Amino acid sequence: MTIAELMRQPSAWLAVGAGEGPVVSSRIRLARNVKDAAFPGWAGAEECERLWNRIEPAVRRVASLQPAESLAMGALDELERQILFERHLISREQAEKTKGSGLILRRDESLSAMVNEEDHLRLQGMRPGLSLRAIWEEVDRLDTEIEQRIEYAFSPKLGYLTACPTNVGTGMRASVMLHLPGLVLMNEINPVIKGMGKIGLAVRGLWGEGTEATGNMFQISNQMTLGDTEEQIVAVIEQIVQEIVEHERNARERLLERRETVVRDHVGRAYGILSHAHILTSKEALDLLSGLRLGIDLGILSTVSRRVVDELMLLTQPGHLQKLESKALKPKERDRYRARLVRERLTGSDRRRGEQIKE
Amino acid sequence: MLCESCKENEATVHLTQVIDGAIKKLHLCEACAAKSGIDIQGPLSITDILLGMGIQKPADLPDAERTCPRCHMRRTDFKKTGRFGCAACYEAFAEELPPLLKAMHRSDHHTGKVPSRESLRVRASAELESLQQKMDKAIAAENFEEAARLRDAIVACRRRMNEPEARATP
Repeated sequence: MTIAELMRQPSAWLAVGAGEGPVVSSRIRLARNVKDAAFPGWAGAEECERLWNRIEPAVRRVASLQPAESLAMGALDELERQILFERHLISREQAEKTKGSGLILRRDESLSAMVNEEDHLRLQGMRPGLSLRAIWEEVDRLDTEIEQRIEYAFSPKLGYLTACPTNVGTGMRASVMLHLPGLVLMNEINPVIKGMGKIGLAVRGLWGEGTEATGNMFQISNQMTLGDTEEQIVAVIEQIVQEIVEHERNARERLLERRETVVRDHVGRAYGILSHAHILTSKEALDLLSGLRLGIDLGILSTVSRRVVDELMLLTQPGHLQKLESKALKPKERDRYRARLVRERLTGSDRRRGEQIKE
Repeated sequence: MLCESCKENEATVHLTQVIDGAIKKLHLCEACAAKSGIDIQGPLSITDILLGMGIQKPADLPDAERTCPRCHMRRTDFKKTGRFGCAACYEAFAEELPPLLKAMHRSDHHTGKVPSRESLRVRASAELESLQQKMDKAIAAENFEEAARLRDAIVACRRRMNEPEARATP
């Protein structure tokens, strides 16, 4: 499978039919390491390549990953790695690696394994909606299949041993992506974020660590990996997410009751700018697409489908955009191509009628 | 927006941190961010903050050269990256761990999934440890009847632990 083929299907974290409302998708990753081998960050290039040659055939054949695809980072160009990152299939860290590192994924992207990222293995499950329990079952099964073939570094006291002690124990990071425009517009998001910190959960932006909450998207995940069981970690996050979703629904209701005109204005302006702008940065595009998403959820925008909005959230990202236009673009050029793409998709206009972008 | 530090250049590094439940925002230009040790390329992780990364500390302390016997990572290497070199580092740098784990996690004991090849051994040894603790308590409380019962349970548990191996060797 090529990256171009991958781009033709919806991403597992933004899959169409995710249902209405604030929950976008859920994700679980497990960090695992091979017994008696140096961790990738310390192993050196040659050792990493040896490890990739040993891990890749073992993981590619496990039943859970069928039909499986294997992508060696060294065989991909920078743009293709960026696309995998935008699809949440690899981390930013792995996107900068080349030889000795790779990704093995099930074709539908819902189950995958990063090889030689920070740890030898990062198993990952992704699904739309709030579905951590189902993902845990699936990732657990994948993990059990792999451990028949590869002996893991494990300590009875500390659990699965990871390169970074923040991940030791279960090695599990469970996260849920939430779209919370109601809480943001009602100025109630900060207490929610603070509350998460107090109970040991992390709040991050769309693309994980170090990214800002663009497009009113927030990723909530556990920080602690040692002490609780996987089921406990999942249960806590599911419960907290349900509470946040309740807050968000509540905020949206109050918005409509007390500030209906303001909300309609917010959604209408988002649509107006997106369908007429000629220069759009990716942050502006995401923030405005968030407005459309809210409008669709609230039933005040019916001319655009949710599928188109979800697709655009991904296609307006730098990697996807450049691949779509089949050429490398400088940031300023990207803003113009991005605006044209959004106009075309929203208004259904044909490119042949659209104006040419001057290089 | 101007850099909060030099108040000359445009701030391009925006750092949001939650410290003790309070959200703190910092806007800096690239030069000032680099000066204060913020790695603008890689995201700042909790380990980095806990280990005080970015702030260069004198590395030539006498005990700084403790080294992992398996992968030869030095204590200073770990301090620099916050990442271990291999699984054996957890033993080699065991004394570094308790404060780190305490700051990062709920407890210092794994209670989750265990690989199937480990599970039998792990379960038995966890049970053994808990029985031993109970017996010590019973002895301290001069509850000798209970202590004798626990001693029998420990003997039985040890026997169970050895059984699979005994069966494996004809």
